Amino acid sequence: MIDLVGTLRRGWLNATAHIDFPLLFIVLGIMGIGIATVNSATIDTSHRMLAQTGNMCIALVVMWLVSRVPPQKLMRFAVPLYVLGVLLLIAVFLFGIKVNGSRRWLSIGITRIQPSEIMKIAMPLMLAWYFQKYEATLKFRHYLVAAGLLLVPFALVAKQPDLGTALLIGSAGFYVIFFAGLPWKVILGLVAAGVSAAPFLWTMLHDYQKKRILTLLDPTTDPLGSGYHIIQATIAIGSGGVFGKGYLSGTQTHLEFIPEKHTDFIFAVYSEEWGLLGNVVLVTLYTLLIGRGLMIASAASTLFARLLAGAITLGFFTYAFINMGMVSGILPVVGVPLPFMSYGGTALVTLFLAIGILMSINTHRMLVKK
Amino acid sequence: MSGFHTPDDGLDRFRFRLGFAAAVVLAAFTLLIGRFIWLQIVQHDFYRTRAEDNRIALIPIVPNRGVITDRNGVVLARNYSAFTLEITPSQLGQTLEETIDALAEIIDIQPKDRKRFKRLLDEAKNFESIPIRTRLSDSEVARFAAQRYRFPGVEVKARLFRQYPLGNVASHALGYIGRITERDLKWIDENEQAANYKGTDHVGKTGLEQHYEFELHGLTGYEQVEIDAGGRALRSLKRIPPVSGNNLQLTLDAKLQEITEKAFGDRKGSLVAIEPETGGVLALVSNPTFDPNLFVDGITPDNWKELNEHPDKPMINRAINGAYPPGSTFKPFMALAALELGKRTPNQAIADPGYFNFGNHQFRDDKKGGHGMVDMYKSVVHSCDTYYYILANDMGIEAISNFMGQIGFGSKTGIDLGKDDSGESRGILPSPAWKKQRFKKPEQQKWYSGETISIGIGQGYNAYTPMQLAQATATLANNGVMFRPHLVRHIVDTRNGEKRAVEPKPIRDLGWKQKNLEVIHRAMAGVNTEGTGARAFAGAQYVAGGKTGTAQVFSLKGAQYKEGAIKKELRDHALYIAYAPIDKPKIALAVLVENGGFGAQSAAPIARMVLDYYLLGKLPQGAANEDAAAVEADE
Repeated sequence: MIDLVGTLRRGWLNATAHIDFPLLFIVLGIMGIGIATVNSATIDTSHRMLAQTGNMCIALVVMWLVSRVPPQKLMRFAVPLYVLGVLLLIAVFLFGIKVNGSRRWLSIGITRIQPSEIMKIAMPLMLAWYFQKYEATLKFRHYLVAAGLLLVPFALVAKQPDLGTALLIGSAGFYVIFFAGLPWKVILGLVAAGVSAAPFLWTMLHDYQKKRILTLLDPTTDPLGSGYHIIQATIAIGSGGVFGKGYLSGTQTHLEFIPEKHTDFIFAVYSEEWGLLGNVVLVTLYTLLIGRGLMIASAASTLFARLLAGAITLGFFTYAFINMGMVSGILPVVGVPLPFMSYGGTALVTLFLAIGILMSINTHRMLVKK
Repeated sequence: MSGFHTPDDGLDRFRFRLGFAAAVVLAAFTLLIGRFIWLQIVQHDFYRTRAEDNRIALIPIVPNRGVITDRNGVVLARNYSAFTLEITPSQLGQTLEETIDALAEIIDIQPKDRKRFKRLLDEAKNFESIPIRTRLSDSEVARFAAQRYRFPGVEVKARLFRQYPLGNVASHALGYIGRITERDLKWIDENEQAANYKGTDHVGKTGLEQHYEFELHGLTGYEQVEIDAGGRALRSLKRIPPVSGNNLQLTLDAKLQEITEKAFGDRKGSLVAIEPETGGVLALVSNPTFDPNLFVDGITPDNWKELNEHPDKPMINRAINGAYPPGSTFKPFMALAALELGKRTPNQAIADPGYFNFGNHQFRDDKKGGHGMVDMYKSVVHSCDTYYYILANDMGIEAISNFMGQIGFGSKTGIDLGKDDSGESRGILPSPAWKKQRFKKPEQQKWYSGETISIGIGQGYNAYTPMQLAQATATLANNGVMFRPHLVRHIVDTRNGEKRAVEPKPIRDLGWKQKNLEVIHRAMAGVNTEGTGARAFAGAQYVAGGKTGTAQVFSLKGAQYKEGAIKKELRDHALYIAYAPIDKPKIALAVLVENGGFGAQSAAPIARMVLDYYLLGKLPQGAANEDAAAVEADE
């Protein structure tokens, strides 16, 4: 008996050795809200809640597995994953399947894959590896090389066109470069150049992209087209008030006024039913998540780990902020899901992969110290 | 920045940058929370309203139109429910033509249905549903129901249709309903009824249906339904039932009306019968007539053409729109005027040589050689023209015009037909003032004394509607107490059954002296016992006052009037006025038969039939005979 207890105890300790419980609880909290909201959003049509629960289980396993991989071993994946990702993106560019005017997918027999998803992880991994490699002899040219490594996949994804994902990949890479110490002068210079180049960039945008940005400025100019999403989502949020309409009682949601309500626009569903109080709770959870991530980054023992943890954490922020900003009408509509909330297996797995990396960075540091 | 640094330097810088990132994150999230506060607290009311507007649609429920019954409760206009096949053009899956062709394979759709649909389509808004077929049979409904998945934007609806069970009977009084046009909408708008007409697509076009439109329509109800983004109704939240339109109970007697219409046969003309004590119209005939049922679901162009272009003009309501010289039916009123104004006593007699010379013109009597000595009684009974030539000359045009104007000649009666009083003709009450206004050239504007003379026998410029003549006769029968003629006795409120009388009080009392009235009543009774109406009223079991009249359609210059020798359209109009029983009249009427010749010949027999039925319940045998040979031709 005593032996059995001892065995179980040891087994449990071993299994949870690399789990960071604060991070896990925060993420499970957001996901609990997410599951409930997906249920509300799809209750009149198809019940996707069960499927999403299944996705979560797979994603948790992925997280658990990744958390057990030490950062040093993760580094070995950096270059192959990046190269594979870029090759696949080139393949997409050449032979990709076109859906709704965008060439985003590669057909591989039974299913199709979206290589830009791989890049979301491969990008910061690659750059963190690169800066780690040249840590002792970091020169300005290394930033230029890093920028080059960033721009290739960014350009390929933007060309698809998938501006949302390109921005996420680009920002993930940029965070690594930023944390690696890109000089402030350069950052300010880039900002200034960006602002002055805006009119030129504007002419390079696709018409639908221009339209989205213009629609953001005044959604009523296209109330039945691209403005419709924003108008209806804003109505949903605004009509929720302080306390919300109550779970399953959002009229905007249940009467089909909100498009893509279980994916990109799930925040409108949540905000309508739970109101301002619910929003504060959710934003607080994201803040805690990011706070925990930054703590892990701060305590990480190698440059690679620090940069990767920092970039991944700010990646969560980028997702959450862009999504909520777009749904509440302060940012243009780009296809960015709300992390741990939006329905979708691939995105969830990618996110938990990132969480697993954070846990790995945190727990392996502690083990090393011990 | 380049160059060598210790790992600790790098860590410090990294941690500073983490702190900076944390600050950016906090700032961004604060911005988001600010946005939420703006939307969910500051703008909450606005967005709540927007969400409600999104969610709720008001679907109007059209009320049942009020029912019209005659004075005895016989239904003249009612509603029945039938299925219609309707197309909403904006929701079609294929082109309109393709849809209709496909529909025609399962439901009988005639070319006329297509034509009517096209016409309705031109008038309608795109999102409205328009009937392609009305009154589907049960098997057609079933056939369509089985295939309806093929036809987005097409549906079967149960609709209420107006129905006039008696068909042609009283159609000029009832009028008809039709689809609302732009002009109707304007009218509805001016009456501040626009909101109440949401969902309604028919409106009264003429007659009572139009005059009492806002009584008959009722109050539109609403159903509040929750709708989704596609506009589909999901569930009902609240229902405010419609209030049926008020029912109209008429003063009209449907049986009397029917008998009267039959009495006209295929003759053109008009009859108006009025209850003297109330002004209620008992019968209003304008012959030929039409079937108002033809208009209910949109009249076909063929039918419309036939009605509109028929030489007999069935769409014209001769009772209020036709103006005719009253001929000798004017004489009793002239006689009364003479007594009231002190221009004659009953016994004052003239010697009638058969003509009256005025200036260098000779006004001739119908009877060659004249009637001999003629007093007032005889002048009425035998319709002596010379008596009235002289009387008119003695009275003068102003006096005649004033007196006749008071009895309603030359002004609209205000009968409750049509929109406002636009459908009614004023007629012509001749006077110097009228002439001045009527003509442009100064020499035409002058009133000549000679013109007064033919006014005295109801000719000349005189032109009145049968309605005016009937009103004047009823006023005479009612001893000078005058009512506005009206068809509706009372409006029955469908909510509480309350009855509201339309015309409970007389509009004026002309204050005629009883002894003068008795002279006229006696004379008019004489017309039917020993005078021009005696033949038509032989054997009557009541005493009726009457007066025949003949109105010249054109004047035969000097030539002898010979019927049969001239075209029918140029023959004189026959008139007759009557009331009975003479001591307490229950009914007064005016009959006009266009091109009917002498009044006694074709108009009086119709009057006899009407009075026989109304007073005795006696049903006539066939149409009133044109009993030419039996008529005394000396009116």
